[in-house]
This record gives sequence, structure tokens and C-alpha cells, in this order.
Amino acid sequence: MGDASTILSVGIDVGTSTTQVVFSRLTMDNSAGYFSVPNVSIVDKKVVYKSAVYLTPLKTDVLIDADGLRRIVAGEFRKAGYAPGDTDSGAVIITGESARKENADAVLQSLSGFAGDFVVSAAGPDMESLIAGKGSGAWQYSMDHHCRVVNLDIGGGTANVVLFDDGETIARGCLDIGGRLICVDRNGRITRVSPAAVVMAAAAGVAAAEGDRADERTLTAVTEQMAAVLECYLGLDDISADAEISGSRPGPGRHDGNGCELAARVKTPGSSEFSCTGGIDAICFSGGVADMIYHEEMDIWKYGDIGVLLGRAIRSSRLCTAFTVIHPGETIRATVVGAGTYTTTISGSTISYSEDIFPLKNIPVIKLDEQLQEECFEGRTDHIIGRIRWALGQNDAERFILAMKGRINPGYEEMKRAAAAIGQVMDAVLPAGEPLLLVIESDIAKAMGQLLRRQPGMNRQVVAIDSIRVEDGEYVDMGKPMMNGMVIPVVVKTLIFG
Amino acid sequence: MKIDEALIERIVRQVVTEIMAQETAGQPDAGLSEGAGGNAVGGGGYVRGESAHDVDITEDITSPEVKSRPLLDHPQDPQALERMMRLTTARIGVGCAGPRLKTQTLLTLRADHARARDAVMLDVQEEVIDALKLFTVQTRCRDKNEFLTRPDLGRRLNDEGVKRVQSECVMNPDVQICVADGLSSTAVNANILNIMPVLMDGLQAAGVKVGTPFFIKYGRVAVEDQIAELLGAKVICIFVGERPGLGTAESMSAYLAYNARMGMPEARRTVVSNIHKDGISAVEAGAYMTDLIGKILDRKASGVELQN
Repeated sequence: MGDASTILSVGIDVGTSTTQVVFSRLTMDNSAGYFSVPNVSIVDKKVVYKSAVYLTPLKTDVLIDADGLRRIVAGEFRKAGYAPGDTDSGAVIITGESARKENADAVLQSLSGFAGDFVVSAAGPDMESLIAGKGSGAWQYSMDHHCRVVNLDIGGGTANVVLFDDGETIARGCLDIGGRLICVDRNGRITRVSPAAVVMAAAAGVAAAEGDRADERTLTAVTEQMAAVLECYLGLDDISADAEISGSRPGPGRHDGNGCELAARVKTPGSSEFSCTGGIDAICFSGGVADMIYHEEMDIWKYGDIGVLLGRAIRSSRLCTAFTVIHPGETIRATVVGAGTYTTTISGSTISYSEDIFPLKNIPVIKLDEQLQEECFEGRTDHIIGRIRWALGQNDAERFILAMKGRINPGYEEMKRAAAAIGQVMDAVLPAGEPLLLVIESDIAKAMGQLLRRQPGMNRQVVAIDSIRVEDGEYVDMGKPMMNGMVIPVVVKTLIFG
Repeated sequence: MKIDEALIERIVRQVVTEIMAQETAGQPDAGLSEGAGGNAVGGGGYVRGESAHDVDITEDITSPEVKSRPLLDHPQDPQALERMMRLTTARIGVGCAGPRLKTQTLLTLRADHARARDAVMLDVQEEVIDALKLFTVQTRCRDKNEFLTRPDLGRRLNDEGVKRVQSECVMNPDVQICVADGLSSTAVNANILNIMPVLMDGLQAAGVKVGTPFFIKYGRVAVEDQIAELLGAKVICIFVGERPGLGTAESMSAYLAYNARMGMPEARRTVVSNIHKDGISAVEAGAYMTDLIGKILDRKASGVELQN
């Protein structure tokens, strides 16, 4: 329509082993004709700059060197030719073993003020799985081929797994399996064995401890154990099927230890149960280890860890024979590309908001389930108030977003009842002066927003947006209105710290 | 045109019962055809000895559930076919019987067509008009047939209508709202009760002076120009049922114009289209129009001029 807008989005991924920056340009446009109700959507996503892959600057084993990180990011902004104020949106995500509260605070401090309204956030393992699956291209592939694709993003500390079915996210999960669970120095000595690696070594019936000589056979047994756990994780745990396919005897410790039990033991804290029913058509690998799965690396100690061996073990595992293996658009950069490109969405185009309230950051979501939503549309408030009070007590937030699915094509009377109920609920649970924030899935936010504003005694700012799906316990950032105020850019995140 | 729906339903039920009784009697072991009419007949061709009814007559063949079922025999990828069918209301995946449509497809087409004809031929329910406390005026068309054949007459109120509007309506409002049956009374029945109050309340809350709304029988869009002139309305807004297709008969539009005059170019109209349950819902459209009218009043322009 000639009045497309673009936003520059930056993605920064601070992982266990590497840190990267990408800049993407997202184009949004009104796809409805002049004479229809507007319908703005993101029509194009283009990665315009990719940084080099840096080793994550660390102060200790697990603590990020915030100053070092700041220098890397500042340098990449310069190299890309952007000033800090140029970015409209974006996400810093702290992933893998780096995702700790103290790291998040340090990163927040070193990067805030650096880039205006820049979104500094941290991803939980589930969200990281999803972001990597989108960044690698697995999500797009599942839509292009209408099939079920699993993306396995294997980095230094974790293996993030997501299953897409024709663009729908079916399951997410994360295991503490990665290339740097065991590190090796130049003299061939093991310098670090993470707790998850100890579990794997024990199950494989081998010993690997700090100070030991790095023996290829021993460590191969550990990485094969890891691959076996991943097989089980994706439902390939049937011994008879295994015997049928490979005709081989079970590997050492491979089945007597029960891979699925092992998977439960190395499940990354805060991640979901990955439950996959209904089969998988294709598998896609991303993350640093993916390059060693797709390409043979002769120098096994090249990275000073077990990444090369893990890649080899996976390549010769059933993961690569039971499913169609597809080649991702991004491997080691999947997460950062996903972070920069897929974290920003936009609201529906008929919404209602108070000016000057944006940006809003890190607002927790309290979502009404079907039952409570029904009560809301019937005008009943007591259970909803109880539910919200309980949720607020859990995370002592003052502001929150009230979310619900909303009804399709509701009548005016039920809308009025719901608006009155929401107004009363908010007066009961929100301190005076705090804004009323509403996110609805179905396209009714403008009507609801107008009704809320007209509630007797309403003296709060009101934001009602729709066509965004959020879940209970997630956090939402909202940017300044775009496209002549028609839409709000939104970042939904799951913030999980211990 | 008045239709006794209860009588029709009684007749249909009776006929269905009779046919089913005949079928059970005639084919003791075959029983009633199982499932929807999709029962595979080899290669999509006519098979001798096939049941005369490949349609389950107890189901509503125009319902979304029945329409979403593929009739194509032996699809290469059944899931892909269903996915494609979900993306469109076009009649894909229906297969064929030789070079022609299958019985069920043909019947569905005719049923949809009948529904579209009903939307055009029936009148807007009086309960709906009464619920909104609208008075009714008529255009120069004397009956439905004239309305359909003489578009020009549907663009002017008859003399009685002119007098009634002049005597009953508030003069010189900021916004005058009216409702016309247009080519789908079904659309007006389905949406107007939810959109009018949203819009009226919204405009009042915004401090806009709203005129006295009324209903126009046999009305077309451009009748709004005459009404705007008669009442000196700054903004005129008419809700009209849109000509039904075979997909939905419930689509309503609103045509708005600033300072409308008879004979003005069509480019001066602003349209909000596709108001129905699968398009933009009535309440959300009403909320959108509240802001839109504010913008039209503010900019003193509508149609293409509003975009520039």
C-alpha cells in the first residue's frame, strides 16, 4: 500500500560458550485495501547484519563479564553501522548455562541505557528451543512441507528441542546435553566435567574426571550415551525396533540404563516435559554442534571439548536414519537469528490504548482459563478476583496483564457485562493509578477497550490489544505504537530464573 | 414476503421420515447409507447398483462440518487435502461423478443458492427493527421486484418517506445513522443488533451529536446522499446488507460520507466491509467505526480524500 514501515530489530544471544549479534529489518504493511478495516502484519523479515561468533566473556566459570559483553556489543553496533538509538526493538537472550539471575542483572545493567527502548530479556529453556527452531528454518520447513519437524539445537551446555507440526508448536523441551559438558586443555587433560556429563559417563560405564587424560574411546562412549538419550527423548527407545533397523547388539550401557530415565535426570531445570506423540517426519540440527553433525571434523580436539565427538555420535545414531535429515538455514546462529527476527510480533490492527504509556516492559501475564472467562462474560467477579490476588501474591508484581481467549463474534450485552466485570476486578486488585492492561486472542479489543474506558469512575490508563496469544506466567513488553498508531509491537517471553 | 418457517420445517421432516422409512424397507441389509455421502465409489465414476442417495439426508449439507469433509475419492494425501480445504471456502476436494458434480456437491450448491436467494428476497425481521426502536420509511420502489430491477428508484425515498424523515429526525446532526435492507436482509438480521448500540454509545461518549436513526425498506447505498441533504448531516452512515455470494449471506457493510450530496462521486465514500462473524465481528466493527467517524469529522473528509 506504499505506507509500509520497517523496524530495525537487534538480537543478542549470550550463550554458554558463544555470544553473537544480528540485526534484522522487519517490514510491516497493511494488507487490507483502503476501504476495509486495516489488517497490519509483518510481511518481510530480513537479516541485514551478522556478527562474528565470539566466545562469551566470562569472569568465572558461570559469571558473565558484563564489561566485556558491552564492548563486544558496542563494537558490533559500530561495525554494522548503526547507532544505539537506531534499533526499534530486539532481544538479548541469555541462554544455556549462562541463564542465571545474577547474569541477567549484570547484562541488563551493562546494556540498558545503551540502546534506548531496547528490550533486555532472558529466555527460559523452552523459549530458547522455540527461538532456535524458528531461527534455524525448521519452523518454516514444517509449514512449507506441511509436516512434523523436530529441531535439535545443540550448543555448549544444552540441547533445546522443539517439535513443529505445520507451523504449530507441538512440544518443547531441553536437556543438559552439549559440546562443552566436558572440556579438554591443549595437553589432552580434562579440565571440566559438568554434573550432567558425570551422569552420562556413569551410565556409559566409563570414568571421566577432571585431570584425567582425554581418551577418545572413553569420551566417545560418553557422547554415544548422550546420542542414545536423545534417541529416547524423540521416541526411538524401542529396543526391538533398534535391533530391526541396525541389526546390531545394544551398545554399552545403552539400554540397560533406560535412556528415558536418563533423559529425566538431565532435564534442564525450568524446561517442559517434551511429550511427542504422533511421529516425526524430519529432523533439523542447529547450534554449534550441528556443524559437526553435518560436516566431518577431523581434528577432534579442535574446540577443546567433546563437541566434535558428540557431532560424530549423533551422525551415526538413529536420529539420522529414522527421520529425514534436513539442512537448516542457520546452524550456530539459529538462536540469535531467531531472537532478532522472531521475538517481535505485532498486535491486531483494531485496538485501544492510552497514549504515552509505552514502552511497557516485563509485565507479568495472568490468564483467565475458559471457566473464569465464562464467569467474566456473565459479569461475575469473585472467583476472578481470588485468582488474580493469588497470582499477584506469587510474584509480588503491582502491574499485570489480564489475558483471555475472548469470544468470537460476541454480542454487545455480553461485552458490556464483561467490561463491567473487568472494571470491578481491577478496582479490587490494582492500586489506584496503575494502568488496566488487557490482551485478548480474539479480535474484540477495540470494543472492549472503549467499553472499559467508559466504565463509571474509570480513571486508569487502558490498553486493550488483541490477536496476541500469551499464556499464564509469561511476560510481555509492548513498544510504542507504529503504522500511524494502528498496531503495537509486542515481545512475549518466558522469564525463568531460579 | 412472509414465510411460515414452522410449516416448512414440518413438511421437510415429514418427507425425510417417509424417505427413510422407504429406504429401510427397500434395502433391508444395506441400511441407511453410512457416513456422509463420501462413500467411495470407484474412480469417481457412476457405479451401477449404487444407492440412489449418496447423501445422508439427516445432516444439514450446508453446515461447515459437512462442507469440510472431502468428497474426493482416493486422494493421494488426505491430510494435505483437508489442510487445503481449511484454507478456503471454495468448493475444492469435491471430486466428480464422471464429467459432472457429485449429487452432494450439486445439492449443496443449490441449498447455498437458495439461502442466498432468501437473503435477497426476505424482509428484515420486524422484531430487529423494533428492538432498535427504528421507524421505517420506504424508497420509491413499490415492491421487491421493482427494487431489484430499478436500482435508481432504490436511491430515493418516496414522498411520504421524505416527509416522515423531515418531521421525525433531529436536524443538522454531526452524524446521521440509518439502516437499509440492501441485497441481504439476513446480513442486517445477523449484525445490526450488535453494531448499532456499540456505535451509538461510542459516539455519544465521544460527545458527537447523533441524529435520529431509522430503517429504509428497499434501500440502496446512495439513498444516504438524499438523507444527508434532507437533514443537513455532516456525516452520513448507512448500514447495508451486501449481495450474498455462495459463501456467506451474512456480510454487512457501512458506507460513510462527509457532507454527502446527491450525484457526488463514489470516491467520497468510506467503506467498512465484511462485517460478519467470520470477518470483523459486529462489536469490533462498531468500535472501529466510532474512531473512524471521529477522524472523518476531524478531517472534514471521507473516501479517497480521507486517505490522502
